[in-house]
Amino acid sequence: MLYREAGQFKASYMQDQQIFPIRQDQIGFWAMIAFFFLVVPVIANQYWLQAILIPVLIFSLAALGLNILTGYCGQLSLGSAAFMAVGAFATYNFMLRVDGIPFIAALLLGGLCAAAVGILFGLPSLRIKGFYLAVATLAAQFFIVWVLVKFGWFSNYSTSGVITAQAVTIFGYTFTTPESKYLLTLSIVVVLALLAKNMVRSSTGRKWMAVRDMDVAAEVIGIRLMHTKLQAFAISSFYCGVAGALYAYMYLGTVEPEGFNLDLSFRILFMIIIGGVASILGSFIGAAFIVLLPVFLNIMMHSAIGAFVPANVAANLELIIFGALIIFFLIVEPHGLARLWQLTKEKLRIWPFPH
Amino acid sequence: MQFSKTLMLGATVAGLLTTGFAVAQEQYIGLPSYRVGAYAAGGTALYGGWIDYMQMLNQRDGGVGGVKLTWEECETEYNNARGVECYERMKNRGPTGNTVFQPLSTGITYSVLDRVAVDKIPLVTMGYGRTDAADGRVFPWVFPLITTYWSQNTAKIKFIGQQEGGMDKLKGKKIVNLYHDSAYGNETIPVLNAQAERYGFTIVHIPVAHPGNEQQSQWLRIRQERPDWVILRGWGVMNPTAIRTAARTGFPREKIVGVWWSGSEEDVIPAGDAAKGYIAAGFNVAGKNFPVVQEIEKHVYAKNLGNMEDKSRVGSVLYNRGVVHGIITVEAIRKAQEKYGTGKSLTPEQVRWGFENLDIDEARLAELGAEGFLPPLKTSCENHEGSGMVKFQQWDGTRWNVITDWIEADQELVRPMIEASAAAYAAEKGITPRDCSKEM
Repeated sequence: MLYREAGQFKASYMQDQQIFPIRQDQIGFWAMIAFFFLVVPVIANQYWLQAILIPVLIFSLAALGLNILTGYCGQLSLGSAAFMAVGAFATYNFMLRVDGIPFIAALLLGGLCAAAVGILFGLPSLRIKGFYLAVATLAAQFFIVWVLVKFGWFSNYSTSGVITAQAVTIFGYTFTTPESKYLLTLSIVVVLALLAKNMVRSSTGRKWMAVRDMDVAAEVIGIRLMHTKLQAFAISSFYCGVAGALYAYMYLGTVEPEGFNLDLSFRILFMIIIGGVASILGSFIGAAFIVLLPVFLNIMMHSAIGAFVPANVAANLELIIFGALIIFFLIVEPHGLARLWQLTKEKLRIWPFPH
Repeated sequence: MQFSKTLMLGATVAGLLTTGFAVAQEQYIGLPSYRVGAYAAGGTALYGGWIDYMQMLNQRDGGVGGVKLTWEECETEYNNARGVECYERMKNRGPTGNTVFQPLSTGITYSVLDRVAVDKIPLVTMGYGRTDAADGRVFPWVFPLITTYWSQNTAKIKFIGQQEGGMDKLKGKKIVNLYHDSAYGNETIPVLNAQAERYGFTIVHIPVAHPGNEQQSQWLRIRQERPDWVILRGWGVMNPTAIRTAARTGFPREKIVGVWWSGSEEDVIPAGDAAKGYIAAGFNVAGKNFPVVQEIEKHVYAKNLGNMEDKSRVGSVLYNRGVVHGIITVEAIRKAQEKYGTGKSLTPEQVRWGFENLDIDEARLAELGAEGFLPPLKTSCENHEGSGMVKFQQWDGTRWNVITDWIEADQELVRPMIEASAAAYAAEKGITPRDCSKEM
């Protein structure tokens, strides 16, 4: 009833090509943006900002990066965490070695470094596909972390290979409070997400999807495979790199190369599988699911049965429930949580007269 | 039976908590534990020992200075992001906030390093974490207590020197440093190089890639090198594998010296008979024949309040290390109570003062029933390490036997390196080191 598009006419191409063609969606989107930019910083406490919202946003960005590569272009990658590490360490080095470089510039340069490394490790994708490519990107995962530990230059000769984020100052304002860090992270993520959304619905994205669906056919219709695949690797790594830099500068403050291990790459992969492969919204939902659910379960366990069960049992039970829920959602909706939202929308459009 | 037991335990804990709230005189300690995942064996024993010690004090003395100890666990899974979430979740709990944060993970230590200074919560890392944080002028909120990796390494070389019959005998000897190829493993290379230069021995660094469950090539190389000693700087599954492979290639286990993260029952039992004779360092020793462990058995396990499900692990190296965590944390609270008053909850900032002015001498250790259990400890504004002493234990196939007295670290060598590293950090971050003469 509320969600009905009758009477909404498109009178120009501009209108026809909007991201949200339905007016209710537009209103919803702007309401969400307003809520997250204006209301959340006021009502959320430090815990919510620093421990929940900032990491969810950062992981969403990383998942978005992987989604471009795996979801849209069909190239399976297990190196996302390594590209995050490249972004973090490159940004650190730009901040350290270039006097007076603005943070945003260092961040973008860090992302570009990650993109360059991504292209390098994307080269095997021209020859190998599927699981075999995943193994090749696994090499990136181990190689990059090894290089960062092995060569002291990257961490400014810290004995343990650890880097400490410098203070972030933009136009004379130093980002120290959780609110300001949250807003900066949110702005960067929103801009990059909108860019990604526009990329995937333009010719760039269509080329990716053509390559994903059948690369021989894509080649036949004139899409340059090498160009398209490497472009996806570059853009995906750029997103991961920016996420890595934000992870270091906005979230943890001090990071070690081991923090970007294979485990993290898997978590990002799970985010897009749970959230929805080839879906921008899915990246956000997936990141929220993977980051928040264990925390939620831990809190639930403590308040509900924590006093009656030994801590070992409670801790393992959390993992079991977490795993069971993942399996449950994958059975109920193999295309991810974003698909659930899409189905809901379709139902709503014809509600209350389904026929 | 099991069910009724857990029910009883639960009721007691619930009872404790409610009485604690009613009186409101409690000291809240947030425990970022890990009981699942690859390092669960360590996490359960360590946090179990720590909780048991606090439980024992609550049962026996009603807490510390009339203040009941309360605690809450938060599962980190040894994962940095989860650790940060736990830190943020617990930091404002209890009447005065989280007293101290001890994550038992170097990764989580780094992740909260910047936050503790802002939130004014002491971060205590015993035997791990950031080595140069021992310089309390640059890191007022961080306490790598008892001993750091660097200190331990010099103690280890001293031990090898003792075995050879004097430090001058080290000249011309060859030592292999078999290390886990990670930040943790790489950390001691500069110290070893400095010592090799000073004492004239040759050092060969051989990395083992994570997780290290295949070390054939490394040990073949060790056989070619024919070293006099091997230092094992391992982690997790790498340790039993190293010991087993050493046995296969015929390297004597009596010549392998492990760090403290390579020296628990969990590291040697999987290696079976091959581990006989293997030596490892430790800032606490194993065994139950210490009054403090016996008190725990009497006041906690006899009443079925123990945290360990497998009671046979009480008295193991890692369990006892948990007890050491408990002892030092409680001593810091006690010290702070001397200054700020007993019978009330202290703020984390006050407890930080306690950590900075710890003075646990032999006499105090005897009172605590922990003589020889952990080294004496004295911290100050400059020195956040406090001791630097370790003992060496040898595995005889069934248990660890202590084979040395406390061996002191070579502070002369380590301290300037720590200060240089801390100064570099301070310069990078724009921190002005504290003037310790102004601290009281």
